[in-house]
Amino acid sequence: MAENLKEKTGELDISSSGADGYVSLSARRQSSGKLGDAVFKGVAYGFAFSVILLMALLFIVLVKESWLSIKAFGFSFVYSSIWDPVAQEFGALPSIYGTIVSSIIAIVIAVPISLGIAIFLTEMAPKRLKGPIGTAIELLASIPSIIYGMWGLFVFAPFLSEYVEPFLIDYLGFIPLFTGAPLGIGMLPAGFILAIMIIPFISSVTRDIFQMVPSILKESGYGVGATKWEVIRKIVFPYARSGVIGAVILGLGRALGETMAVTFLIGNAQEIKLSLLDPATSISATLANEFTEAVEELYLSSLVELGLILFLITFVVLALAKLLIARFSYKGGKL
Amino acid sequence: MGLHYQRRKLANYIALGVSVASAVFGIFFLFWILKDVFTFGFAALNADFFTQVPAPPGEAGGGMANAILGTLTITVLATAFGVPAGILAGTYLSEYGRKSKTASVVRFVSDILVSAPSIVIGVFVYAIVVKPFGGFSALAGALALAIIMLPVVIRTAEEMLKLVPDSTREAALALGAPHWKVTVSVVYRGALRGIVTGVMLAVARVSGETAPLLFTSFNNSFWNFNLTEPTATLTVTIFNYAMGPYEDWHQMAWGAALLITAMVLLVTIISRIIVRGRAG
Repeated sequence: MAENLKEKTGELDISSSGADGYVSLSARRQSSGKLGDAVFKGVAYGFAFSVILLMALLFIVLVKESWLSIKAFGFSFVYSSIWDPVAQEFGALPSIYGTIVSSIIAIVIAVPISLGIAIFLTEMAPKRLKGPIGTAIELLASIPSIIYGMWGLFVFAPFLSEYVEPFLIDYLGFIPLFTGAPLGIGMLPAGFILAIMIIPFISSVTRDIFQMVPSILKESGYGVGATKWEVIRKIVFPYARSGVIGAVILGLGRALGETMAVTFLIGNAQEIKLSLLDPATSISATLANEFTEAVEELYLSSLVELGLILFLITFVVLALAKLLIARFSYKGGKL
Repeated sequence: MGLHYQRRKLANYIALGVSVASAVFGIFFLFWILKDVFTFGFAALNADFFTQVPAPPGEAGGGMANAILGTLTITVLATAFGVPAGILAGTYLSEYGRKSKTASVVRFVSDILVSAPSIVIGVFVYAIVVKPFGGFSALAGALALAIIMLPVVIRTAEEMLKLVPDSTREAALALGAPHWKVTVSVVYRGALRGIVTGVMLAVARVSGETAPLLFTSFNNSFWNFNLTEPTATLTVTIFNYAMGPYEDWHQMAWGAALLITAMVLLVTIISRIIVRGRAG
């Protein structure tokens, strides 16, 4: 209080002896402000920069820990399909194959449905339904992946093996993709669950991008008598193309790295089979199942190398997605 | 003319029908999954579930009290590590870095880390904490979750801080307040609601994570109050029990699944209501 008063009088009465007090006080305040600024900015900068360090460290540590396996198997690690912990012989091909095929199945199923949902939410749904349905779809994204896995194993797999897969085998069995026994677990069930998991991601990004299509473009389409579908196909799609591709690749990135749901449903067999109904494995499923059992150095190192490969694949895919979506100045971080 | 017109109309109805069917497909699976989790889960919940530790394999009874505590401990620790760091880094992006080179690299890296496979983060923490310090621990699990949380918090904090108009900052600066004080007592206050919502969503998301905990906090069938020891969590217990051979393990797993799902859904819906309140 007294200081406050002094400050006020000092300001009015510069020539008096109070001026010194004011000047030094204000200088002290200013320097403490400057110090505070420097410290605060420094700390904030430090934490921001630590994210870059974290990414670098991730790469370095993964490479260092997988060095033993990289030296032992070289490039053959990527194309060898023998995974034999007893013989200490490791090849990543079955895992890589499973990761890629299950993700492709997921994308093939999820993309049309996500686009349909995005169209429904932006162009068709009455205002009252837009909010609740959008929220419901996004709630799908908030269900933890272990729940998808468990539900898939206990509910969906028995359903598939009883009703869907026998049908596929009977009627589409002439295609090699649909041969084998109706187990309910395998590449196709894993891909299907992945599809349900990535639908909310693709559809919410696509919806945001569809909303950025200027309404004057759409109105001019309607103005010349186009139907809703013609406006969507000939105006909305071309305008939003690169953003939609980005959204799809973002979904792909999610599917590639997804672990728990796949681990429950893919069957965990280190083999490459043409049939989508046969058990298979993926990088993340191999890691989840075998990491804590690996005692030997080389075994552990090979598993880390699997992790490194997964990280590299998703890094490239996600970077690509980000560049494509960035063209739409879509502000990330919401997902 | 008539035929052509009919065909266009038909194509229109088919396309719109497919789009409605897509929305129905998504909602159908949401309800199917939730219905099963709730019905099977409720059947498994009882007083023992919340107060007992797991019974030995094959024996009936027991509960998940230790796993509930473990999930709470690890989530709270992860929040304590990840949230302050994330908010400060987000502050740098919105208040200082803005369009600088560092800021755009940080944004790019964060966006990739947001979607990076969480199991790889588990492997990473195993290599830098579990292996050198000789064992699975709650701390290692919390660190893994904090790393997963960090980029989510950074991007949300930045988005929310950016919503505070620059004129507000300028007004405070013009009064002579130092920049850091403007940030802390003006900008943070303006963005508080959004940041709290974002943090809640991030916490909900990591509390349902399983993959990064498999090789970090591992599992434990008993009470554990030591942060440097293996610790049970609901999610890892679900994994072990659902993969296990016993029917009552599956029961318990459903109970744990209900607990986690209900918590995550509740937080998500509450934060949505908060956000909507602000918008309206």
